[in-house]
Amino acid sequence: MRADVATHAAVPDDACVLAPVVALVGVSRTYGSDPPVRALRAVDLAIRPGEWVAIVGPSGSGKSTLLNVIGLLDRHTAGTYRLSGTDVDELDDLGRAGLRGRNIGFVFQAFHLLPHRSVLENVMLAELYRGAPRQGRRERAAAALGRVGLADRAEFLPTRLSGGQQQRAAIARALVGEPSLLLCDEPTGNLDSSTTDDVLALFDELSGEGLTLAVITHDDHVAGRAHRQVRIVDGLLHNVGTASGRNGQGPRP
Amino acid sequence: MVASDLLEECLASLFARPGRAALTVLGTVIGVGALVATLGLSKTAGNQIVGRFDELAATDIVVTSKASGGSGRAVTWLPWDGEQRMRRLNGVTAAGTLSDVDVKGQLVAGVPVKDPRGQTQFQLPVKAASPGLFDAVRATLATGRLPDAAHSSRADRVAVLGPNAAARFHVTRVDNQPAIYIGERLYVVIGLLATVERQPSLLDAVVVPEGTARRDFGLYAPGSVQVETHIGAVSLIANQSPTALSPTDPALLKVTAPPEPRRVKAGVQGDLNSLFLLLGAVSVLVGAIGIANVTLVSVLERVGEIGLRRSLGAARRHIAAQFLAESTTLGFAGGILGASLGTMVVVAVAASRTWTPVLDAWVPLGAPLLGGTIGLLAGLYPSARASRLEPVEALRSAM
Repeated sequence: MRADVATHAAVPDDACVLAPVVALVGVSRTYGSDPPVRALRAVDLAIRPGEWVAIVGPSGSGKSTLLNVIGLLDRHTAGTYRLSGTDVDELDDLGRAGLRGRNIGFVFQAFHLLPHRSVLENVMLAELYRGAPRQGRRERAAAALGRVGLADRAEFLPTRLSGGQQQRAAIARALVGEPSLLLCDEPTGNLDSSTTDDVLALFDELSGEGLTLAVITHDDHVAGRAHRQVRIVDGLLHNVGTASGRNGQGPRP
Repeated sequence: MVASDLLEECLASLFARPGRAALTVLGTVIGVGALVATLGLSKTAGNQIVGRFDELAATDIVVTSKASGGSGRAVTWLPWDGEQRMRRLNGVTAAGTLSDVDVKGQLVAGVPVKDPRGQTQFQLPVKAASPGLFDAVRATLATGRLPDAAHSSRADRVAVLGPNAAARFHVTRVDNQPAIYIGERLYVVIGLLATVERQPSLLDAVVVPEGTARRDFGLYAPGSVQVETHIGAVSLIANQSPTALSPTDPALLKVTAPPEPRRVKAGVQGDLNSLFLLLGAVSVLVGAIGIANVTLVSVLERVGEIGLRRSLGAARRHIAAQFLAESTTLGFAGGILGASLGTMVVVAVAASRTWTPVLDAWVPLGAPLLGGTIGLLAGLYPSARASRLEPVEALRSAM
């Protein structure tokens, strides 16, 4: 994936070369309270395959709304949004749910692991609504756990894991089925600094394997690891530009 | 999402809180159990009453021909082998043909004795019987023997006397080979009846073998077929006997069977039963409310899980299906347990009174369906609530 990007970067109009995973054009989200709350105002955002984008901003700025719109958990009220080339406005609930299940892996601040299921079963949940065959589900989930370094905790209940391990299990769940976008909402918000570094190292690794990441955070340390930062303030998106990530290599100029 | 996935998720969620699931099911178990036990006990008791008091009336069938001479309608005669045909039916314990013999006014006479005041000639009914008849009408012998098939096929001139007829001829024993005249023909008395529980007309009658009546008196068809059935088989046999006896014209036979005795008993016990059934129905309703309540609580508790499932690609209908499946499973389990409990109660009560437990097959089979339906209905509102949750709000709540 990275190699592809590098090759195609030489082509002048690179927008046509690799269709963005996420393409927001003039997207607004207004809540119908009185007076109306304009959580997002005409946001333009394109996230290309293989990018690691950090979305930063103070609380109440519209970060979560943006994430929910990108994740198809919320409907925007104006503008167009294409996810992997599909115009989501044309989809009904079932279509949106299917697109969400196939294309987006969510990582939440609160992990959202089912407490009564083993770690492996939690990861297996990811394929439940995706129409993947039952055969091999356990093996694919085990492979995802291996990818985040939790193979030896597969049969544990989530409550017996540390916060960092729980978040890695949640990331494994998001990775099953090769989503085109990993969408993370304050993934390190409940973690201490050492486990935060664990998770960030995992993000680096996944990004290195070509996964597209969008991470919402208010932690500059986390944002600094991303290839690119966008800042959202009062519903308006500002392109901070390409950050110098620790490894210093963005996917594109 | 395939059905097996749904079932797996549903069972996993229920077994995550086994104690709660058990308590939730309890109401349905009690309700369905009460219904099954009430239906089973009333059936058992009704059957028992039939067996004890109405056994005679409840097992008696008489088949006659509807043939009425000269009306121009098609006529069906009963077959000579009616006894064999009926005995082949499952549920028949005894059968035989019985006919009134037209002796054309001839008198029945005993051996003349020199008694000027004594009467020796009587106008007595003469009946023709097949060998099986005596069992079918529960006749018992005082002395002698009953005519068998050989007597009938040889058309032997033998007769059996009912007790009243025997008294008229002063016949009290058969070892001295008493004889009677019917018209000019002499018949050897080979047996004396003591009692006849059905067809009391036999008490006054002279009974000759069927073959004898055909030869001597021109009997052209059996007058009736008398049938005794097992307890409870009477309505079945009553339905089957016309076809067995006259396959070509079953409608031309008239079957006289006792009214379904259970219906009579049901009327007597109806008040008590309806009370218990009402109690059972109330328990089932309470059980349904319990399931609805717990499912609703479970929805509210699992808002985070709902949000997670939505984020994993579950549509609203998947969420609704999951909670519906859970409540239906609870109801179904309650139905199965309730049916088992009710059946055990029926068997235990029957055993303690040495009754035969009787339960309609549809009761224990229908009970789980009833439970499942109740669970499904109880889950409608909570699952609708669950599916209406916005994923954003659902995810906002911590798990």
